[in-house]
Amino acid sequence: MSEPREISETSVGTAVDAALSAIAEAGDSATLKSVRSAHLGESAPLSRLNAELRNVPNDQKASAGKLVGQARGRVTQAFTAREAEIAAAEETARLAAEGVDVTALALRWTPGARHPLTLLQEEMSDIFVGMGWEVAEGPELENEWFNFDAMNFDEDHPARAMQDTFFIEPAQPHLVLRTHTSPVQIRSLLERPLPVYIVAPGRTYRTDELDATHTPVFRQIEGLAIDKGLTMAHLRGTLEHLARAMFGDEAKIRLRPNFFPFTEPSAEMDVWQPNAKGGARWVEWGGCGMVNRNVLRAAGVDPEEYQGFAFGMGIERTLQFRNDMNDMRDMVEGDVRFSQQFGMVV
Amino acid sequence: MRVPISWLREFVDVPADASAADIQADLVRVGLEEEGVHGGELSGPIVVGTVVDFVDEPQKNGKTIRWCHVDVGEAEPRGVVCGAHNFFAGDKVVVSLPGAVLPGPFPISARKTYGHISDGMIASARELGLGDEHDGILRLAELDLDPEPGTDALALLGLDDFAVEVNVTPDRGYAFSIRGIARDYSNSTGAVFRDPARTASLVELVQEPGDGFPVTIADQAPVRGRAGCRVFITRVVRGLDPTRATPTWMVSRLRLAGIRSISLAVDVTNYVMLELGQPIHGYDLDKLTGGITVRRANRGETLVTLDAQKRQLHTEDLLITDESGIIGLAGVMGGATTEITDATTAVLIEAANFDPVSIARTARRHKLPSEASKRFERGVDPLVAEVAAARVAQLLVELAGGTVDVLGSRLYEALPPTPITLRDGFIASLMGVDYTADEVSDSLRAIGASIDTTDDVLVVTPPTWRPDLTDEPTLAEEVARIVGYDRIPSVLPVAPPGRGLNRSQQLRRAAATMLAANGLTEIQPYPFLSEAAHQRFSGDAPAMRLANPLDAEVPVMRRTVLPGLLDAARRNLSRGLTDLALFEVGVVFLPEPGRSYGSGDLPAGNAHPGADALAELNAGIPPQPWHVGALFLGDRIAKQPGLSAVPASLADAVTAAHQLAVSLAVPIRVEQGNHPAMHPGRTAEIFVGDTVVGVAGELLPAIADELDLPRVVALLELDLSALIELGARDVATAPIVTFPAATQDLSLVVARDVPAGDVLAAVAEGAGSLLESVRLVDDYRGPGVEVGNKSLTFALRFRGADRTLTAAEASQAKLAGVLVAAERFGATLRE
Repeated sequence: MSEPREISETSVGTAVDAALSAIAEAGDSATLKSVRSAHLGESAPLSRLNAELRNVPNDQKASAGKLVGQARGRVTQAFTAREAEIAAAEETARLAAEGVDVTALALRWTPGARHPLTLLQEEMSDIFVGMGWEVAEGPELENEWFNFDAMNFDEDHPARAMQDTFFIEPAQPHLVLRTHTSPVQIRSLLERPLPVYIVAPGRTYRTDELDATHTPVFRQIEGLAIDKGLTMAHLRGTLEHLARAMFGDEAKIRLRPNFFPFTEPSAEMDVWQPNAKGGARWVEWGGCGMVNRNVLRAAGVDPEEYQGFAFGMGIERTLQFRNDMNDMRDMVEGDVRFSQQFGMVV
Repeated sequence: MRVPISWLREFVDVPADASAADIQADLVRVGLEEEGVHGGELSGPIVVGTVVDFVDEPQKNGKTIRWCHVDVGEAEPRGVVCGAHNFFAGDKVVVSLPGAVLPGPFPISARKTYGHISDGMIASARELGLGDEHDGILRLAELDLDPEPGTDALALLGLDDFAVEVNVTPDRGYAFSIRGIARDYSNSTGAVFRDPARTASLVELVQEPGDGFPVTIADQAPVRGRAGCRVFITRVVRGLDPTRATPTWMVSRLRLAGIRSISLAVDVTNYVMLELGQPIHGYDLDKLTGGITVRRANRGETLVTLDAQKRQLHTEDLLITDESGIIGLAGVMGGATTEITDATTAVLIEAANFDPVSIARTARRHKLPSEASKRFERGVDPLVAEVAAARVAQLLVELAGGTVDVLGSRLYEALPPTPITLRDGFIASLMGVDYTADEVSDSLRAIGASIDTTDDVLVVTPPTWRPDLTDEPTLAEEVARIVGYDRIPSVLPVAPPGRGLNRSQQLRRAAATMLAANGLTEIQPYPFLSEAAHQRFSGDAPAMRLANPLDAEVPVMRRTVLPGLLDAARRNLSRGLTDLALFEVGVVFLPEPGRSYGSGDLPAGNAHPGADALAELNAGIPPQPWHVGALFLGDRIAKQPGLSAVPASLADAVTAAHQLAVSLAVPIRVEQGNHPAMHPGRTAEIFVGDTVVGVAGELLPAIADELDLPRVVALLELDLSALIELGARDVATAPIVTFPAATQDLSLVVARDVPAGDVLAAVAEGAGSLLESVRLVDDYRGPGVEVGNKSLTFALRFRGADRTLTAAEASQAKLAGVLVAAERFGATLRE
């Protein structure tokens, strides 16, 4: 820019007006940057006038300096304000431009799922863990003694033949796939100090063909409590607690006389399912009873000192009536759509 | 056991208006669970009619119908169209009138057919549910019946009766009889019970048996030391009229009870078995040769049973023999040679009591479960045999015109029931119910026990039909069930403090949760494999095999979870799903080579077998560790806006291994590996320290092809039990240093066949303790790198524990790492 070289209100005013108007007109940060160099840079009119100060006579220096300094201050202030305005506007525009369709985002992960049977098994186990019971386990391929003899199934008792047992090839004698989780009862009594309060969930096997209500490989959860002074009233109390935890406070238990070799007295238990689809109802749930004294004897426990109760129910069956399912085949076929209905929560 | 209600009513008062549901509810209360209802599907009006006349009318369709007039006891005969021709004018028949309902249900109405209004239907035996005969209509004359027209045919033929079916548990053999059910019905309802075994006329008959028919018991090999036969009663009835039909009421009751009518004499034996629970065998007396001997089979003997099968006998089989040889398998099935036939006029009635164990074994051995063996296995009242034999005789005299011969025999040496001492307060201490003394003794008397009271104990002698009552708890159950299980209160016991889930249980859940959270779906396949699948994945490794698989094609207990995952993948693919990520946490069965499993003879079940015997039993059980397996195929991540599909590959299987390692707190290492069922260049072995804990790989494409699977199926299988065992129980923590990090990149050129993981390990080893982390960021093969080589780029982060590192210190540490890589693999810095 050429003259003016002389510091005067006019020359300073002209420079300031030009600068302010250029700042106001700048619409984006690039323009503003050139405005800065034109009006605040070394060769800007105000800068030159500032440089002229050295030629101003001493007696006028103060007033001329004040005039130029204030002018430069105004311009700088206007510039800063405009710079902030433009930055804000540009950020707003950028954010607007960056918007995405949140309903069309790529999922960088595929949903998975636990199997509802294992989830339900865990849920039922946890109810007992909450009461101080422990979870006990045993082998699925068992010696007959643990599966039958120790559970008071005499080798010729009809109940033993009724169990539909899978046997291992006879070259390996007396091995079976456990027909119930009950062998874990005897193992727990043999291995743990008294008193014993355990649940034994797990896979069991019987030679039933797969259909809507049977599967040869299924799960049970079994409970055993052996202590001093336990009675069948404690059995009912325990089952009612489980029922309420699973089906709500309205749930209750009904016992009917039945027979199992490993309990005496024995009962079939029904649960009152208050929230059943189609209305509250009684549902057959499992078997239970006071542990047969021969079972205690097999574990070396003195039945005159200790007694207790045991119970067991099928997890498939529980899932079936709990979730109103008609066909057990869905549980075993491994169709991912079945588990994915549940996701991570049964 | 099916219980016809009319029969039940003979021995106990059942309210006239009791429905099947009412009776079932009463029975279930005392432990007889309902199984169903039979009969009762017919409803009237169904009446007797006399055919007055009829005209045969040929039809266009080739049939000839009969237009009949039938007198059903009304003012005028009704017109009925009938398709059958096996009757004559004057015959008495059964007519279903409009409003009646036949089984089906098939409602009857007046309808127009073949040009007439048919005002009812003449019924066949099958339509009435009386049998399979449907070629013609039922003529009542065939049943020796001649009732008045208009008589209610439902009542006449027993069709107004129905049966409830109850499940009889193995301890309650007595409930396989109307007698036993009636007693329990009485126990449940308080109705008066009339014991059919105490009927006066029978007691009289029992008192006069002869000993004219020779019977010998010669049990040369008792099973488990128990005599095979302790009671054997015979009676002879002669002069039977073989033309006599079984009366309708008996046919009806047998039918409702599930037993088909065969002939009068056979029907009577079945009837008495159902009534009293005593299996009866009837012989044609004229076909017997000499007396009967009960003995065990000799080695090599055979018998042709009634089902025409020739059976190889076992020396434990108890036999009925006469001088001609073997005539029956005692308590299980008779022989053909002495069978009662339509021509039989003299019978020998056998009412015996056989040992439950002997019968159970024989029935199982020959796969011959029968109505008789079912009862003997559970125990038959030894005192009822004489009564039952007398009852058969009585019915044969009454219904078949026979005469009781004094000839017969009686062998009775049954052991009396052992008394049980029941301590005062025992039942309350077991049941948690304070029963009164009267409740206890009344209940026990109600089931037939006798009681002596001394001091503060009851001495309880169980009835002869309750061999299951052997100790105090068995008596407690009887008291509890007679008083009612509803009396048991609800008390929650307090367990001592527990320790929660053990480590293995917690980590198995963590592993499953980790995989599911990362997009895998849990499945639960069966652990049964085909020989081919076993061979494919486990080669010649030993396996446990089922002796009686449900499907003979899959007898092998799996050593690996992979075939189950592949099966599930195939099923999902067949159902149109294309992208799969599956996992299973389950046990496998790992017998060791050269070892045999199982055990010798089993210890007794009612005593602790001792530590040595237990150790032997446990040592004979093969290892069954938990495995975790995963399968990936199709796209791991599907194509989406702004994202290309990520196809499943070995990387997914190895990633899952690392995820599991994190969830189990165990450090793993991946090395190049091989597996017979996997791609030779795309298989990794997974290590913890020097221990191989699993394999990840892509299924061998040839196998994938054979199984109709896509070419790329990535698999992972880890020994979960081993991982849990090897995992860090305590995390070794280091203080978190906050001095600034120095980051540097490093590119090294090595031969292509050098595993990047090994180079990385070498760099880390050389760089020493200043190196905080090292990560492979690139594997470059192309221009600028000599063919046969590759350039690996690592990102390194250094940090000093006690100071800010200088760039020179970091570079020095890096070069130390390069040095080791150079020494070990000839690695050179890429310029």
